[in-house]
Amino acid sequence: MTVVSPFRPAANAGFDVRRIRRDFPIFERNPGLIFLDTAASAQKPKPVIDGVAEFYRTDYANVHRGVYRLSSASTDQFEKARETARRFLNAAHADEIVFVRGTTEAINLVAHSWGGKFLEPGDEVILSELEHHSNIVPWQLLRDRIGFRIRAVPIDATGGLDLAAFERLLSPRTKLVAVTHISNVNGHVVPVETMIELAHARGAKVLLDGAQAAPRFPVDVRALDVDFYVFSGHKAYGPSGIGVLYGKKDLLVEMPPWQGGGSMISSVSFERTSYLEPPHRFEAGTPDISGAIGLGYALDYIEGLGREAIREHEDALTGYALRELSALPGVNVIGGGQRQLGVISFTIEGIHPHDVGQVLDQNNVAVRAGHHCAQPLMDRLGVAGTTRASFGVYNDESDVDALVAAIRAAQELFGA
Amino acid sequence: MSMDLRELYQDIILDHGRHPRNFHGMPAATNFAHGHNPLCGDKVTVYLKLEGDRIADVSFEGRGCAISTASASLMTEILKGKTLAQAEALFKGFHAKVTGGDPVEPPPELADDAERLEPLTGVRTYPARVKCATLAWHAFEAAAKSGALGVSVKTE
Repeated sequence: MTVVSPFRPAANAGFDVRRIRRDFPIFERNPGLIFLDTAASAQKPKPVIDGVAEFYRTDYANVHRGVYRLSSASTDQFEKARETARRFLNAAHADEIVFVRGTTEAINLVAHSWGGKFLEPGDEVILSELEHHSNIVPWQLLRDRIGFRIRAVPIDATGGLDLAAFERLLSPRTKLVAVTHISNVNGHVVPVETMIELAHARGAKVLLDGAQAAPRFPVDVRALDVDFYVFSGHKAYGPSGIGVLYGKKDLLVEMPPWQGGGSMISSVSFERTSYLEPPHRFEAGTPDISGAIGLGYALDYIEGLGREAIREHEDALTGYALRELSALPGVNVIGGGQRQLGVISFTIEGIHPHDVGQVLDQNNVAVRAGHHCAQPLMDRLGVAGTTRASFGVYNDESDVDALVAAIRAAQELFGA
Repeated sequence: MSMDLRELYQDIILDHGRHPRNFHGMPAATNFAHGHNPLCGDKVTVYLKLEGDRIADVSFEGRGCAISTASASLMTEILKGKTLAQAEALFKGFHAKVTGGDPVEPPPELADDAERLEPLTGVRTYPARVKCATLAWHAFEAAAKSGALGVSVKTE
């Protein structure tokens, strides 16, 4: 299968991977580690690791509660992280940034709160065949309660989202389009700009799963005019257990709470409780304070490297890897459509992905093997699973070369 | 990491992984069961033809990694002609070996068969792969209890 990717010089001269790698202690502690599983979770740079530790040492207290100075210092840092996330997405207001546990929780929140209020029997929610289970199952759970219909946009022969098919699926019944921005399986960059325009023309809202996209290129929610944008901290070089839901303010204010507890109310009595405005309405209980602050540091780190620079770097690296892998006999690269970034899936004739993963691990190459929480896509591709290599800011061509050598070793072992 | 990969993937495993024995359906099966490892998506169906307490025939179908395919293949070779009690004893001994549990010695007449399973016990140092080696056995166990309607087991 051929993959369309414009040839580019293999290296981005301004992007100093050797220096960047020194920011990530994991490579110092694990000499020889070839880490190609950033799509599952990214490694953490020192500013995140040290920043979180420093916060615990210096400013830690619960947020939005105490009158004492430590609590205000903690609250200030927490809200500063919200402002960082706002800037990262170019949202209009910090109030549009809700801290959640991650992409999965963000989608569940929107399904439960927005979907629970606004979706009705007869409505349609459009997903795509590229979706992660986290952008399928929450909608199915809600569908089983409400009775709307779920449609899935198919992929085309190149592995990209079939835009014409999407247009045909759109109808006055479409209330929501919820799709990934970059596929976690084949790295396809979904043409979301066009999709948002088309969906809005039909009066439908759009949610983008930015788990893979947010750490890889600039995302401007206002330029996109997207209604909901969600991503996870841990795939963006930040801590696990924290993530972001962006929602347009006029949507968030209309949405009911989805979890009740402290921090989300303005007054409580046994007769009647009233709720705070967004974002706090959606942040019941003590939040992941250090997680949010760590995420802020991670987003600052990404901005420091430059998101255009990261995109260029990963684009060049993806192109290099596609050329190298496609040239290997017995290796079938899963197509990633017209635009592909940062994530590559492949199968090796005669070797099961788990056996591939095992041999690669023995060669110090960490990749993901299996269905990647995307079983509908595996079924569509007609494979039980794939081996997936994905890139981060700390990867370069030498990692791809190590991957290629390890694949050869696997082929030799299995006589494939 | 200290263990050589060839201890995990011994020749006998590579051979059975590539050319599984008794790899087919069984129209005359008296019992069968599906095994599924949701973690990796591996699937196996084990078919039995029981004559009283004796396993007259056993086969399997499915898709999986070299370890799970080889384990299923070796299992079918060994179980053919055994009684259910003997099969159970072999599984107990094998299970203890791959999970690092307290050793369970099979009866002397099964020692040679237990020996044949030895190459698979390399998985014990790869915790993520233990279920690959036991999937077919779990499916066998479920099939033995199932009767002709068939049942499903998951390895989680």
